Amino acid sequence: MASDCIQLSPTDNIAVLTRSVGAEDAVRIGDATFSFPQALGLGHKIACRAIQPGEKILKYGAPIGSATQAIQVGEHVHLHNMKSDYLPTYTLEAGREFHATP
Amino acid sequence: MNTLIERSWLRADGRKGIRNTLVVAYLVECAHHVAREIQMPYRESGAHLIGFSGCYPNDYSFRMMRSLCTHPNVGGVLLLSLGCEGFNRNGLRDAIRASGRPCELLVIQNSGGTRSTIASGRERAEAILTEMASQPRGPMLTSELCVGTVCGGSDGTSGITANPGIGRAFDQLVKAGATCIFEETGELIGCEQIMAARAATPALAAELTASVEKAARYYTTMGHGSFAPGNADGGLTTQEEKSMGAYSKSGSSPISGLIKPGDVPRTGGLYLLDVVPDGEPRFGFPNINDNAEIAELIACGSHLILFATGRGSVVGSAISPVIKVCANPETYRNLPEDMDVDAGRILEGRGTLDEVGAEIVQSIESTAAGHPTASEALGHQEFVLGYKSFSPIGPSCHPTYQ
Repeated sequence: MASDCIQLSPTDNIAVLTRSVGAEDAVRIGDATFSFPQALGLGHKIACRAIQPGEKILKYGAPIGSATQAIQVGEHVHLHNMKSDYLPTYTLEAGREFHATP
Repeated sequence: MNTLIERSWLRADGRKGIRNTLVVAYLVECAHHVAREIQMPYRESGAHLIGFSGCYPNDYSFRMMRSLCTHPNVGGVLLLSLGCEGFNRNGLRDAIRASGRPCELLVIQNSGGTRSTIASGRERAEAILTEMASQPRGPMLTSELCVGTVCGGSDGTSGITANPGIGRAFDQLVKAGATCIFEETGELIGCEQIMAARAATPALAAELTASVEKAARYYTTMGHGSFAPGNADGGLTTQEEKSMGAYSKSGSSPISGLIKPGDVPRTGGLYLLDVVPDGEPRFGFPNINDNAEIAELIACGSHLILFATGRGSVVGSAISPVIKVCANPETYRNLPEDMDVDAGRILEGRGTLDEVGAEIVQSIESTAAGHPTASEALGHQEFVLGYKSFSPIGPSCHPTYQ
């Protein structure tokens, strides 16, 4: 999309800012214009579709976590409205046990 | 299948090279100076210096040296030994000669010391270069190309431009039958399930997942975390998101296999290189810098390396050319002579990921045809090799090879 964002895969429901933007700056996402109450750096995520609570957040066409609340198009997506779904299968303790085993 | 280049070097073992390098290799740090003095006058003739510093023998480093000295880009080898180190010098020389390459071995303690070893080394280097000049040449297909990728000096732009751009190039290469290798399982923590879903077989999927779990245990035991608070400032929210940035270099092709340093894939496709040692952490940090990973990618047969950088690495490598894909447009302007592809132009509306992917493929084609990359033209020949230990891969790691 010709905008201040890049969608890394056509199936993604978020786009990534390609430049840093100031608070209340006009930010182009596709054909629409949005603004944010706070400054956001390059790399931050903006919803390019409406996202339901619990829905997967897709970046590079892959799930990178899920929404913890409803997210509107043009809303900033970060720690406040999404969470990791990754369950580490290791712990420091397990690691020590593993390496102590001959 | 499309022809990549008309005049590759045809090696006796059936493999094909895009360069005809004379490797001068020291087998212990004590022979490093003599080896460098021999190599220096022949740098312009394609002589590269590599070596192993350790005095004590190690299966991994022997296997690495054997794979590198019999790499398709290598036409001949001169080995430099001090004499009392533990490296199996005769075994390495015999393996290189068995590959059909000219190879000479000089032992400093048996050659009258520094000056006379340098003098006889230069005579032998000239003789090997003369022999190498008559190596047969012939066409090479894209399907015979092997390309590795690494990222270093990453910043917030790497996962948006250079890494997915390399992924686009990998997709085209794999489609054409080429072999592509990505690596650093420690940077894939969090996307192992996503990666496993692309495995060619269920058994390979289990191996891919296990390799990332091994890396997680290894780095955790060594006290290195993976997701830092600074990542969130850069807009990254989750562990899996951070890892996807590095993982995006792999593109979207099915994953054909899991290999370890020195394993050369037998069929085209996309491979994960497991660089984290097996067993108890023994020799310190797995890869002390980017060039340790580059050497491992080359030992797996990579004819050239795609290096994604945001902050701006300047390194190249011995043996295989390095194509620098610059993620950050400001870095590209700051270090223009060190960069090959301006992937960061995407951020300034001067291109798309698909266009950058196509430009990377073009850069690969011109490099294969002999055009020097930026780091190659500047004379970069970084090389590093340390101690590691690995168990061999099992049959489920390379299901397409019977």
